Amino acid sequence: MTGRIVIVGYGMAGSRLATELHARNGDRKVTVLGAEPHRAYNRIMLSTLLAGKIDEPDVELAEVAGQGTDVRTGVAAEAVDRAARTVRTTDGERIDYDHLVLATGSRAVVPPLPGLDPAALPARVAVFRTLADCRRILAAARTARTALVLGGGLLGLEAARGLAARGLTVTVVHPHPHLMERQLDPAAGAVLADTLAGLGVTSRLGVPATGLAADADRVRLHLADGTHLDADLLVLSCGVRPDTGLAAAAGLAVDRGVLVDDRLRTGDEAISAIGDCARPAGGPTGLVAPAWAQARVVARLLTGEDDTARYRPRPVVTRLKAAGIDLAAMGDPTGGPGEELTFADPARGTYARLRIDDDRLTGAILLGDNPSVGTVVQLFDRGGPVPTDRRALLLGRSLGVAPATPAASPALMPDAATVCQCNDVDKGTLVRCWRAGARTVDEVVAATRAGTGCGGCRQAVGGIVDWLSEVDSVGTTR
Amino acid sequence: MTDGARAATRTGPPPREAETHCPYCALQCGMVLRDDGGGGIEVRPREFPTNRGGLCQKGWTAAELLDHPDRLTTPLVRDPSGELRPADWDVALDRIATGLRTVRRDHGRDAVAVFGGGGLTNEKAYALGKFARVALRTRHIDYNGRWCMSSAAAAGLRAFGVDRGLPFPLTDLGRTETLLLVGANPAETMPPLMRHLADQQARGGRLIVVDPRLTATARQADLHLQPLPGTDLAVANALLHIALTEGLVDREYVAARTEGFDAVRRTVAGYWPAEVERLSGVPVADLEETARALGTAGSAVILTARGAEQHAKGVDTVSAYVNLALALGLPGRPYSGYGCLTGQGNGQGGREHGQKADQLPGYRKIDDPAARAHVAAVWGVDPAELPGPGVPAYQLLDSLGTPGGPRALLVFGSNPVVSAPRAARVESRLRGLDLLVVADFLRSETAELADVVLPVAQWAEEDGTMTNLEGRVLRRRALREPPPGVRTDLAVLAALAARLDDPAPGGAAGPTGGEPTSSGPAGMPDGTAPTGGDPAGVADGTVPARFPTDPRVVFAELRRASAGGVADYAGVTWDRIESSDGVFWPCPDPEGPDTPRLFADTFPTPSGRARFHPVQHRPAAEEVCADYPLHFTTGRVLAQYQSGTQTRRVAALRRAAPRGFVELHPDLAARLGVAEGDEVRVASRRGELLAPARLSPTIRPDTVFAPFHWPGAARANSVTNDAVDPVSGMPEFKICAVRVERA
Repeated sequence: MTGRIVIVGYGMAGSRLATELHARNGDRKVTVLGAEPHRAYNRIMLSTLLAGKIDEPDVELAEVAGQGTDVRTGVAAEAVDRAARTVRTTDGERIDYDHLVLATGSRAVVPPLPGLDPAALPARVAVFRTLADCRRILAAARTARTALVLGGGLLGLEAARGLAARGLTVTVVHPHPHLMERQLDPAAGAVLADTLAGLGVTSRLGVPATGLAADADRVRLHLADGTHLDADLLVLSCGVRPDTGLAAAAGLAVDRGVLVDDRLRTGDEAISAIGDCARPAGGPTGLVAPAWAQARVVARLLTGEDDTARYRPRPVVTRLKAAGIDLAAMGDPTGGPGEELTFADPARGTYARLRIDDDRLTGAILLGDNPSVGTVVQLFDRGGPVPTDRRALLLGRSLGVAPATPAASPALMPDAATVCQCNDVDKGTLVRCWRAGARTVDEVVAATRAGTGCGGCRQAVGGIVDWLSEVDSVGTTR
Repeated sequence: MTDGARAATRTGPPPREAETHCPYCALQCGMVLRDDGGGGIEVRPREFPTNRGGLCQKGWTAAELLDHPDRLTTPLVRDPSGELRPADWDVALDRIATGLRTVRRDHGRDAVAVFGGGGLTNEKAYALGKFARVALRTRHIDYNGRWCMSSAAAAGLRAFGVDRGLPFPLTDLGRTETLLLVGANPAETMPPLMRHLADQQARGGRLIVVDPRLTATARQADLHLQPLPGTDLAVANALLHIALTEGLVDREYVAARTEGFDAVRRTVAGYWPAEVERLSGVPVADLEETARALGTAGSAVILTARGAEQHAKGVDTVSAYVNLALALGLPGRPYSGYGCLTGQGNGQGGREHGQKADQLPGYRKIDDPAARAHVAAVWGVDPAELPGPGVPAYQLLDSLGTPGGPRALLVFGSNPVVSAPRAARVESRLRGLDLLVVADFLRSETAELADVVLPVAQWAEEDGTMTNLEGRVLRRRALREPPPGVRTDLAVLAALAARLDDPAPGGAAGPTGGEPTSSGPAGMPDGTAPTGGDPAGVADGTVPARFPTDPRVVFAELRRASAGGVADYAGVTWDRIESSDGVFWPCPDPEGPDTPRLFADTFPTPSGRARFHPVQHRPAAEEVCADYPLHFTTGRVLAQYQSGTQTRRVAALRRAAPRGFVELHPDLAARLGVAEGDEVRVASRRGELLAPARLSPTIRPDTVFAPFHWPGAARANSVTNDAVDPVSGMPEFKICAVRVERA
């Protein structure tokens, strides 16, 4: 029944599904249509590519071929004939399918600005979505000293950080009063803007753009407050829109994404949709991890490995991690029932706000040096109970456990305190050894074996011997 | 067997002092044993490159077992009422031989199995493998090293073409700039090793430890990564991902000395740090710091141990760290590379000379016709007579007594009742055997189930060689003879081989010679070998026995059997070991150099290049769920060793670590209503353990830990999962799902 599978789209979702299917043996023919001319790449690494830390081959994803898998790059799907179960490609071929998977992804939004034609972007203006976009930006950046980024969301800031890392002076223009307003509260947004400023990225906040003028070398962005900004390059980062044209034309239900159930199945049992173009319950995420989870579910279902496989959306964790920036945001820490924890050290760029309801973490913003971030992300993800001592969530390991070294003064150590773990020697034994006549560290070591294992306690043993000789000398002079 | 017969193996008075090595772990600390003449035996550490004069409490107290009241000094045979009763050696050996013959006659040769140990000397491991293939002619032999080193061994072989725990001397650790320890806790498992780490840190090096627990070792670290158990592989892939995105990969090295990087590069592209943070709980910043510390240092070492390896994805996990080391250009560079910390005393040598189901001496593959021909020639048999590969340890134990499975088992130097995963099941399999024979010097929990128990010599009573965690071959030296009634394992094998109609030309008794070693009982009608300075045993005109009892003779044969193999011992002689603090294999030529450091110029693969292997994270074989909501992991404590048969009988060690316990985080304990010292029950789908709670903030609140040294109610392996790695057969000791409650 699923002998012939056609995957439309060779991005993060489509390539992953091809890999998942390839990993499961079986007598299947899998055809993947990729509109872009190159092999699958890791979109998440594009901002690193933009920053100049890696080269293009480094973003390539594992590719599958053979065993019935046929990947066609530079070939898009033009239409789906659901009755005939065929896909027509841009090169005119009709491909039969038993099951069709739409993984068409999403497209960058070009904002409706006077002077900006989405069909013909000026030479110095680019969106930031695909490898081709990245190449375009890099080509322009080679001769640019200044750049504007329109949009202060996650992707916009990643692009800004990447360009700044290339030495450009970057200004982020954002219509909202603070950056990443969907994930951050105003205080966090302010700390983030400060952090970015330290990295060479200035923010112009609360000012919508009103128009654009561009020639072959420069761009001028007009703002709602009557001012304008000039730069050598403008990157548009104003969100993405699911690419649902093919599905809609085929008569599938579409509402900000192709509607699918928890099997990722559309209204047509022979058609699934995954990744950015799909809208399962819980909504589209625009993130890779859910797309990969969806690919896995579809692979298990189509291969019959597990007919009960279902997609369960996980809560979204937004993570921005680039040199000098460490931001994690999840849930909504700014309101709702329960307790709130906060910590702020804006001078050092650190900010934390967490919400706990019924011993479960329901939201968090962590910005800057938060050593607990791994724990917080896992607690939010898995719904585990939070620590009794809430400070552990804010301070992580810096709250810590008692240090490995023994008490500062031997006088304060209880006799039962173990000094040498390797040979299980406590302070009392060392004291008794001294009383029995041992007077040097070597003698004490020889008699008790303390310090003969890992050697880590030699200093502590020496300290106790010194202390004992002092105590004894005091006793003698009396 | 009489004292007179035993004394006949000796010519001079026994040595009063012996420079030897500790009987326990793979660090094989140098020590001196001294007989004070009044029955007391003193242990002193000695300067040796590995322990540098250090000893832990286990080593200091090792001699206490020599004259321990529990010491077995006579064979035990189960009588019709079911009791183990003392018996004469001949009665015991006859009982075994009869049992083996019956099983062989009724069920075929493969119905007899052998289970060895990583604590046996090279000579004994070699002889045991030969005994299985030549005397028993069974394909079924494996050993407890399968549960120790097999994952690292398999990953090392497929990447480097060779498996040597450390491909460089241990002292290199003290000189490396960045040291990453993954799932290793040497502060408790091999304390004197910490001296090298102290050196490393004193020189300004960085120590980074990956462990779900803040162990004594992790406390010494400059950075501790505390991942969820079962996510080490993803952490490694994320580290390589970061190395790629930060330009830390050594492209020149990768191009010149490796193959297969592209597939790994594309795979790790999918392991972006934020996703791995979510999976493992290790902060992105810590992942980045680790990758940079490794990738920007002038030298760096990555070491794995059981924490990373004892998983159903253990081989792939090790491969992920090997990939990282290769991408950073570490193997073969000064004070750099990948290595694993071998666990058991002779875990390294034990896996090189034929105890493994699929291997022949010299680390040869048993299904390689050339290897079979070489070894068969040394053994004087037709290659076609050598059995094929058997099955890995757990599979072997789990098949015992089942239809088609072995019906008789000989156990040497192992205690699977305590140490095997899903131990209750293994125990029931052992009970289902027609014949169980255990050679040991104490009544282990496995010996308690045996039909025949044979008392064998201890470390201070035997000569031989051990190969430590560095691949350095060492001399174990006898201080004294075994007590009356005790034989060496070599003598046991010789006696059994003779009784099993061993067709060897030298099967009859030969003269015994002047070597002052513990060569076991002589004057027996079963293969005592010529001994002395004539390893080949032909100078005096006698024909060598097929199963000689003199370890020096066995070693000479081992050298020939290993010659040309991966682990080539041909150039290793006892004299050479003694004159040079050990000899590193491979050492093919007695006149040529040994090999302290591997990979400087080439890798022993067909292409001479190291091989990358793309590996993907996958969930543990058993994930937590509503019924079993906590992760369970196992490990060791400082004062106990392995199944505890030895160390639980030493008073000082019993005081230090008297019984099993369950370590849990105070937050978890509070939710469970458990206070310090309360008896708790840890239950999995396979069984449960009962032990007192030990509260500690050093463990993740979603994970509980228990040491595996104790039998009975506190047996951690009643709980563990018997899922195994598909490549190595390594069981998943380090993670399963449990429920914890007050008992």
